[in-house]
Amino acid sequence: MPADFNWAVGGEAGDGIDSTGKIFAQALSRAGRHVFTSKDFASRIRGGYTAYKVRTSVDQVQSVVDRLDVLIALTQRTIDENLDELHDGSVIIYDGDRTTMQDVEIPEGMIGLDVPLKSLAEDAGGAIMRNVVALGAACAVSDFPIENLDSALEKRFGDKGSAIVENNKTAARKGRDYVLEEYDQEFGYDLECTDENYVLLNGDEAIGMGAIAGGCRFYAGYPITPATDVMEYLTGRIERYGGHVVQAEDELAAINLALGAARAGARSMTATSGPGIDLMAETFGLVATSETPLVICNVMRSGPSTGMPTKQEQGDLNAMLYGGHGEVPRFVLAPTTIAECFHKTVEAFNLAEKYQIPVYLTADLSLAVTEQTYPPEEFDMDAVEIDRGKVVDGETVGEWQDEQGRFKPHALTEDGVSPRAFPGTEGGVHMSTGLEHDELGRRTEDTDMRVRQVDKRTRKVETAEAREPFAAREFGDPEAATLVVSWGSNEGAMREAIDFLDDRGIDVRFLSVPYVFPRPDLTDAVEAADEVILVECNATGQFADLIEHDTLTRVTRVNKYDGVRFKADELADRITEVLADDDEKEEATP
Amino acid sequence: MSSDVRFTDFKSDAQPTWCPGCGDFGTMNGMMKALAETGNSPDETFIVAGIGCSGKIGTYMRSYALHGVHGRALPVGAGVKLANPDIEVMVAGGDGDGYSIGAGHFVHAVRRNVDMTYVVMDNRIYGLTKGQASPTSREDFETSTTPEGPQQPPVNPLALAFAASGTFIAQSFSTDAQRHAEIVKQAVEHDGFGFVNVFSPCVTFNDVDTYDYFRDSIVDLADTDHDPTNYEDARSRILDPGTEYQGVLYRDDDSVPYEQSHGVDANMADIPDGAPEDAMDLVREFY
Ligand SMILES: Cc1ncc(C[n+]2csc(CCOP(=O)(O)OP(=O)(O)O)c2C)c(N)n1
Ligand code: SF4
Repeated sequence: MPADFNWAVGGEAGDGIDSTGKIFAQALSRAGRHVFTSKDFASRIRGGYTAYKVRTSVDQVQSVVDRLDVLIALTQRTIDENLDELHDGSVIIYDGDRTTMQDVEIPEGMIGLDVPLKSLAEDAGGAIMRNVVALGAACAVSDFPIENLDSALEKRFGDKGSAIVENNKTAARKGRDYVLEEYDQEFGYDLECTDENYVLLNGDEAIGMGAIAGGCRFYAGYPITPATDVMEYLTGRIERYGGHVVQAEDELAAINLALGAARAGARSMTATSGPGIDLMAETFGLVATSETPLVICNVMRSGPSTGMPTKQEQGDLNAMLYGGHGEVPRFVLAPTTIAECFHKTVEAFNLAEKYQIPVYLTADLSLAVTEQTYPPEEFDMDAVEIDRGKVVDGETVGEWQDEQGRFKPHALTEDGVSPRAFPGTEGGVHMSTGLEHDELGRRTEDTDMRVRQVDKRTRKVETAEAREPFAAREFGDPEAATLVVSWGSNEGAMREAIDFLDDRGIDVRFLSVPYVFPRPDLTDAVEAADEVILVECNATGQFADLIEHDTLTRVTRVNKYDGVRFKADELADRITEVLADDDEKEEATP
Repeated sequence: MSSDVRFTDFKSDAQPTWCPGCGDFGTMNGMMKALAETGNSPDETFIVAGIGCSGKIGTYMRSYALHGVHGRALPVGAGVKLANPDIEVMVAGGDGDGYSIGAGHFVHAVRRNVDMTYVVMDNRIYGLTKGQASPTSREDFETSTTPEGPQQPPVNPLALAFAASGTFIAQSFSTDAQRHAEIVKQAVEHDGFGFVNVFSPCVTFNDVDTYDYFRDSIVDLADTDHDPTNYEDARSRILDPGTEYQGVLYRDDDSVPYEQSHGVDANMADIPDGAPEDAMDLVREFY
């Protein structure tokens, strides 16, 4: 288990919490430390509690834990909200001059550092820098060299001019010096720095980067939390590679724009969240029947309806698997880490084009908005391969024409995959339609052709299952009697939970599944285990249903649907409870 | 673009299932003529159609085409054009398709001003669902779902386009073959979103807005002193719902299409075999 340090800044939305947290996270990352961040935010711009938490270690960190060592509290509520996570010796930095903090209550056993953030900031050039003063104070508390903060401040404010950068550096020093002078004490933290170079990014950014690397050139979307970051990332970057982002009038337009671009031959994507997926459902069917390669990214948030837009959930699995009328094959990919968001996005485009099928690429909110450090080699661009599938050109098109020279976009092939001709290809003229069609794309109600086209589309799934390595990621002890299975962002917490469990003498085998459909066959693993535990962030256990269906075995569900992601220690406790229950039952049965 | 293309090259071998006498035959012929005369070939043309009798047009024409879902053809067309600006894009649909379920897309397609052509076959009724009121149906037009008439004023599509800063707004009559083809041709040639509302009578379900009615009431702007580049002229005619105009009502010769204003000029189908050469720069941004 990494020797970690946990830090947070919290206050009212509008207090600059996000950028303060980001600067600190970046400083740590630039000092060669691993970082994992999490955000606690409400669905409004001003007002409402918000916090940015940073967990850091020299080893890689995959999750958040229930512990805070240093807290910058801009409001009393920040302290109250985090009471559970504060412990004896936790340091709370606050500004006692602030009207709302004059009667601040520092819980017993904790250390309150009253730092005049605002007035020190004013001394440095402006009250607006008071959060940076607090960061300086945090450096003093954690014995973290302030020079590391400097480079993060340069990155953050560099384009605002050197004066601003200098003022901020001064502000940070004022905070540090104040603590050193006024509170001459050891806090017991030592944030060791290394020479490693890390990059710090969130899941949405990794998806955007994967899209560009994977050849995506057209993106259409309509803003929705927590998917908007994908669009913001692509805007201003995709153009460098000849691409374009359109902010559509709604999700219906977004998916139809993306569909048009895909038919023109572009690698094309749209991203949205739950409510947008519902709106796209009709066109989704068209994408599938017209056999158009399209990547539809669903960054899940808490539903139904507008639910809790800024909270974690993995509740849209069924909507993606079964959404839309009629029956159409689709793939559902669910990256399990931020790095996987990159890799799976590249893969999603390849799968979409190789099988001419819509691919849902789904991340959950926790994966999308939290940031993690990686060595840059994790995103090895040389390893990116692009497979466009069966695209014909003027020369090969002839192989796919009928006797009258008509191109067959829906040719009945053995593997279910037909040829594709981009507009502009001589001899490839054809029509696509959402109506059932024959090999030429012409409408048909012929019973035999209907069955053959349905079978052909379904065959793509079988082909992919045979050709693609749709495997689970495995961790823990392969021989353990307890099998834990999860999907999405739970992987990080579960990987660290394995260590907590190990301390308690509990061995588990853990399978993290990044492919929802088609998915790996877990029958052998399930049969080999005494206890199978399915971990997911929804109330009903949608993934557990699938595994039970596949393996014809009952599994134990560990669900969480309060809007907050699993924490490593919490997950270890929940699994320990399940196993204790098992023991109890066993004892009770003679 | 090849110069030896004839308009029949745009005809598919599918037999239209439109009712004999349907206005859509003439509308389609004019579209094919306009495409051929502007030097386009089926290989380099993309037709997007909506749903309705009108939407079947993509089946009867020969080119790259997509027959989409009801009301959503315009965003598909824009997607095709932006992904490959070398392709000529024409979108077709009905009045229900474009002004009812697709009204939101219509307004935004107009203001987006992508260089494409939109032809609406306005028969003032829902044909394919067998005769219900459409957004352009008259206030007192009795149908199966509006036995007393819709009792709401019809939408004025020209005014909608004008209000959304349309850069080419025209109207034609499907059976006036020469004029109709000429107007669509101008829409194709326009740099930006060319919109043509076509009177395309439904002989089966609409006994009010008939060929005879249009023949008797149409005022051809060619016979007036109308100057389509004059904003005020355009405004007064477009906002005059009492007259059935034929011709180009408004044209902005300074129109800058979306592709141009947004620097979209690449054929996005052309991508490297792997990540772009300088892709590691994307990673380094996260240092
Ligand atoms: C989402 C959806 N709602 C309803 C329909 C049924 N529908 C098919 S065509 C049509 C009306 C078409 O009217 P219009 O656009 O005027 O075309 P016309 O048939 O008159 O040419 C309707 C409502 C549908 N296909 N899809
Ligand atoms: S129902 Fe009307 S619109 Fe449809 S094909 Fe017949 S005449 Fe044309």
